[in-house]
Amino acid sequence: MQPANLIPLLVVLIAIAFALGYARSRALAAPLGGIRHLKSLPFYYAARAAMWCGLPALLILACWLGFEGKVIQTLIVGSLPDDLRPESAGEASLILSQISNVASGALSADFVPEPIAEAATRLTALREDSKLMMTLLVVVIAVLGGFLAWLRIAPHINAREKFETTLRRIFFACAAVAILTTVGIVFSVIFETIRFFDKVPMTEFLFGSSWSPQTAIRVDQVGAEGAFGMIPLFVGTLLISAIAMVVAVPVGLMSAIYLSEYATKRVRGIVKPLLEMLAGVPTVVYGFFAALTVAPFITDLAAALGLQASAESALAAGLVMGVMIIPFVSSLSDDVINAVPQSLRDGSLALGATQSETMKKVIFPAALPGIMGGILLAVSRAIGETMIVVMAAGLAANLTANPLDAVTTVTVQIVTLLVGDQEFDSAKTLAAFALGMMLFIVTLVLNIIALHVVRKYREQYD
Amino acid sequence: MTNPTSQAEIVRQSLKRRYRKERRFRAYGIAAIAVALLALVTLFTDIISKGYTGFLKTTVTLEVTLDQDLMYLEDATDDKALRMADFKAPLLAALQKEVPQATSEREDQRALNGLVSSYATNELKDALKADPSILGTTQTMTFLASDDVDVYVKHKGDTTYSIKLSERQQQWADQLVEKGVIENSFNDVFFSHGDSREPGNAGVLGAMVGSLLTMLVTLFLSFPIGVAAAIYLEEFAPQNKLTDFIEVNINNLAAVPSIIFGLLGLAIFINLFGMPRSVPVVGGLVLMLMTLPTIIISSRAAIKSVPPSIREAAEGIGASKMQVVLHHVLPLALPGMLTGSIIGMAQALGETAPLLLIGMVAFIVDVPDGFFDSATVLPVQIFLWAGSPELGFIERASAAIMVLLTFLISMNALAIWLRKRLERRW
Repeated sequence: MQPANLIPLLVVLIAIAFALGYARSRALAAPLGGIRHLKSLPFYYAARAAMWCGLPALLILACWLGFEGKVIQTLIVGSLPDDLRPESAGEASLILSQISNVASGALSADFVPEPIAEAATRLTALREDSKLMMTLLVVVIAVLGGFLAWLRIAPHINAREKFETTLRRIFFACAAVAILTTVGIVFSVIFETIRFFDKVPMTEFLFGSSWSPQTAIRVDQVGAEGAFGMIPLFVGTLLISAIAMVVAVPVGLMSAIYLSEYATKRVRGIVKPLLEMLAGVPTVVYGFFAALTVAPFITDLAAALGLQASAESALAAGLVMGVMIIPFVSSLSDDVINAVPQSLRDGSLALGATQSETMKKVIFPAALPGIMGGILLAVSRAIGETMIVVMAAGLAANLTANPLDAVTTVTVQIVTLLVGDQEFDSAKTLAAFALGMMLFIVTLVLNIIALHVVRKYREQYD
Repeated sequence: MTNPTSQAEIVRQSLKRRYRKERRFRAYGIAAIAVALLALVTLFTDIISKGYTGFLKTTVTLEVTLDQDLMYLEDATDDKALRMADFKAPLLAALQKEVPQATSEREDQRALNGLVSSYATNELKDALKADPSILGTTQTMTFLASDDVDVYVKHKGDTTYSIKLSERQQQWADQLVEKGVIENSFNDVFFSHGDSREPGNAGVLGAMVGSLLTMLVTLFLSFPIGVAAAIYLEEFAPQNKLTDFIEVNINNLAAVPSIIFGLLGLAIFINLFGMPRSVPVVGGLVLMLMTLPTIIISSRAAIKSVPPSIREAAEGIGASKMQVVLHHVLPLALPGMLTGSIIGMAQALGETAPLLLIGMVAFIVDVPDGFFDSATVLPVQIFLWAGSPELGFIERASAAIMVLLTFLISMNALAIWLRKRLERRW
């Protein structure tokens, strides 16, 4: 049975367990003289039976789905004859994809060696078996769990307390998912990064000034040695982010100031949601706009001015990214400016300062730490932004500060290296994880500093 | 001290300057807002002007005589014969009837053939398969025009589009448009097909279904987990190091670049657990992890806004802590949680980068029919089409953006409406 159908079945089983548990607790209470002689309300006995029925079964289901693929793969690879057995992880994934293509019918069994075709039939059989076993196991566990809990319903058991304890543990587990995610991120990048540094020295990666990630197909190939120096990527990322901030900071900040200090309630009510619309536009749409409208426009404009601009200029990506970040800067600054106590404002105005003088000389200095925090968050946004640069920035790693040249960024390289087929232990793929780790560390540090600054600032006036 | 009149004079003079500064400052603010709004307007007009033609299809309506001799087909019920039959000949003959000046020379015939989509022969075959009795009769049938004709008819005279049709074909096309043989109509193909190699035959249905399946996985995982986590952190968590650590984690995860979640999905779900690539389940799991912080943060805010008096009243009549939360706090906080989740889902719906890494960029023609079926999603489909050199795909990418934005705007509008409707102020 498909897992998608198994879940509704499980829900039905849980409902049955609940109903039976409810009936039994009432039945047990009846000879005692009504449910007030039970330790808990019948609902809690029933809920406990439902939990016993559902929780173990769901856990088993999740584990099965998680490990099924890997176990089947290992079994299939293990059953291959010796001469076909893959030597490296890359070869294994190639053979496995061939087998699964044959099994799914995308590749005719006539075109592959006999053992592969056999493995494909075995794969189909294993998948069927696994599905059957999973269904049986999950249903048996659910029925058994429900039945046991049903048996254990007794008037002297405080079902409510037990139910609430379990529920609280479930709530805790859900909160712990956040920790698990962070751990998962760290682990998923760290191992590959360590393996990458086995192949490429860390100093070359951190300080090398040339980036051309390729692995040789033939040993004597020209340019077989890939270069993995991340400096050009970092410079490119910083260049595009800097252009973005040049657009976003003044526009975002000034519109926040205008909206919070000058605008009437009506103007604010109209303009604010419109600005927020900019934040809601998906990045792929910005990328489309940057690549197909802004970039050609900039090339034409530069040509009209007698300048040479690349079709994938950093300026196009940066400008559009700046537009994307405007609402981010403006809403963060808005919060910060509004948090400055009214007494400061009133004091300054009472001394005869104009509104702009109050803003520039009193509120802005008071709000500065908060605004800096917001800008740092925006920078981390810009560094990690992917789709705009993937679509509008180039692939060539030029070490330049000219905004009309094409540059590439860390995120662009991660996407280029990892999209499509890849072998899992080539320096090329591993490099993507190393770049991901750099990106994670940089954005993490920026975020921690920014959040710290913002919190410090809030405490000052709270 | 100077005398008071000159003091007032100095103030009056400087006042002028200060007021000028004040006006300038205000003008900067207005200019900033104008720039932002101009960007918004440019973005939307650009996409609409590029994409509205994507909602139109160009069709050629022909009187096709399904002549047995011409097609080398005796019996349309015979599958093998049907496969071998010549479907181009009746099409060309029908076109020839509409364009009498085309000679029977090879070049002219090729130019004629270039007017209809290369899928036209397939359509003809499918029609015969569906109803073998039409063999030998004359049928009025509508085919998609070729992409070059499509671009020419829609953007004639627009210099930003390069017209690939030859002079001769352009003349014929004009003539056919005048006759009403070639016409534009609502592009139902766009909403009923998956991706295709030919723009005319490509649609967003596959991507829409893929997005729906992915979003279902995301919603059914992230909403319960997010709400449960928020309840734990707000109501039950003891003040200790672990709780602090969880909180720091959530705040940081909210700001981690989305592509990092793609790396996580690739390394953990695909390489470690061996889950298949490019399926909605894995996409949904990755997006779940990505939206979870947003949902937790907004759910916590919703729980915080429930006044303590409600909790105290419930506790006062003997409710347990869990009963207070489940019976009183949660129902009151639910509207706020819902709005937060809808906004989180809207974010997930527009997300592209992490899905690229877990392989949802494959070229998939079929509409996915399950959570474990290869699929793509709307934003990725837009990305794929935008990268294509063919003008027809650019047009469709813009049209797909409009579809995506329609979904996003309606989701956000729903969130705002729910907030207005259900929010209670104490």
